[in-house]
Amino acid sequence: MSDSPLKATPLTDAHRSAGARMVGFAGYEMPVQYADGVLKEHLWTRAHAGLFDVSHMGPAYLQLAHPSGDPEADHAAVSSLLEPLVCGDLKGLRRGQMRYTLRLNGEGGIEDDLIVGRPLSQDRQGTLLIVVNAGVKEADFAAIAAAVGARGELIRADEGGLIAVQGPEAEAVTAAIMPEAARLSFMTLAPAEFEGRRVIISRSGYTGEDGFEILTSAAQARPLWDRLLADARARPIGLGARDSLRLEAGLPLYGHDLDPTVSPVEASLDFAISKRRLRAGDFPGAARIAAEIASGAERRRIGLRILEGAPAREGAEIMGEAGENVGRITSGGFSPTLGRPIAMGFAPAALAQPGRRLSVVVRGKRQPAEVVVPPFVPHHYRRQP
Amino acid sequence: MRFSKEHEWVEVSGEVAAVGVTAYAAGQLGDVVFVELPELGKTVKAGEPLAVVESVKAASDVYAPVSGEVVEVNAGLPDAPETVNASPERDGWMVKLRLANPAEAEGLMDRAAYEQFLSTL
Repeated sequence: MSDSPLKATPLTDAHRSAGARMVGFAGYEMPVQYADGVLKEHLWTRAHAGLFDVSHMGPAYLQLAHPSGDPEADHAAVSSLLEPLVCGDLKGLRRGQMRYTLRLNGEGGIEDDLIVGRPLSQDRQGTLLIVVNAGVKEADFAAIAAAVGARGELIRADEGGLIAVQGPEAEAVTAAIMPEAARLSFMTLAPAEFEGRRVIISRSGYTGEDGFEILTSAAQARPLWDRLLADARARPIGLGARDSLRLEAGLPLYGHDLDPTVSPVEASLDFAISKRRLRAGDFPGAARIAAEIASGAERRRIGLRILEGAPAREGAEIMGEAGENVGRITSGGFSPTLGRPIAMGFAPAALAQPGRRLSVVVRGKRQPAEVVVPPFVPHHYRRQP
Repeated sequence: MRFSKEHEWVEVSGEVAAVGVTAYAAGQLGDVVFVELPELGKTVKAGEPLAVVESVKAASDVYAPVSGEVVEVNAGLPDAPETVNASPERDGWMVKLRLANPAEAEGLMDRAAYEQFLSTL
């Protein structure tokens, strides 16, 4: 981390006045927890609706420099600018659809995981909405701009607000303000209005729950946050619970579970590799990834239920039956929903089958653990609105 | 009751001292979800790790505020770690130490001095 001063989001003052404990995260001053604390915030989100300030993330628009005016041709053209960097099918996105994809390096390692969305509106075709991780957004934006050159323009939108509403009551809370929310299905987006100004709302998130993410201007962020919070079903949730929620949902965290040495197959993110792209072999590291799909990766990202003892956290050693080192935990902690420790890590593919007994080492003690396929807590996505 | 700068408390009764974490520490830790206590018979010096408390987010050491031998642990605590938050300075006691050097406890802060110390944080 650099020593440069922390940046504020449009909601930093709101967090401070709500009594949040603030920490530096990816260069931003962010709430790690509010007065309720991580455990209660986590359980509130699973039962009601949690509000998250994710304005530190990196939304941006990629636009064609010279659109033809033919919406389908323009979508194909803008997709062809970004596809060489990622392994997902962007051309195949329907209007209003978004997709999780991975930016890869020449060795097939993951440089970032990101969301790419195709606008719903006829007059916005030839543009893609991209949302990248906060910690690597400068590298992402530089790589995209360099690849696109003069054929397109990358317009950052990360000075605005990005608010996530997550949990079983997220639809009721959000649709009370923006009725369009109720008509979205999982991983789709649409423009909406808040107080007469345009926002972008998507049915997506990072908790495993149903929910929405709302992209606003900087000026709109605080009024929307306050309006959402005026609903008694909604409470603000800090980064601490965001981390424990995504861990229970089995969702990897860039910089911890994913890094430039890890391939999508090793990361058990095979679903993010487009079959069309794989046949064409037209993304970075395609040869390695095709080989791993054909004959298996050497290691895989696994879930572990810790059967006894303390939470096994990032960096903890994973051992095989004979006490040999077989891997490391990359994310781990206590699951508030399950009331027991859970973790993700990497192990040799031969040891990655569900039900396999391994052990984890915490403060010098071996503790039994069982391989499971994440999620640890079932997803509650709304695939039909 | 005496207090350390690392936010442990000690209550001496004869040659044995009960040890726990202060209400301030419990508040800073957040909801405790796991407690690891030492083995009986373990000897510790003042300032050495004595126990571990974990929240959802992180593990934190509890340091021995005084030197001694572990003669009793709060055996109910691992099954009810929330007691550390509910009653940090009474039911949430962690360990009883047979004091190696009773004068050590006298060197710790009294409540007024600890509260003065907290006001500087």
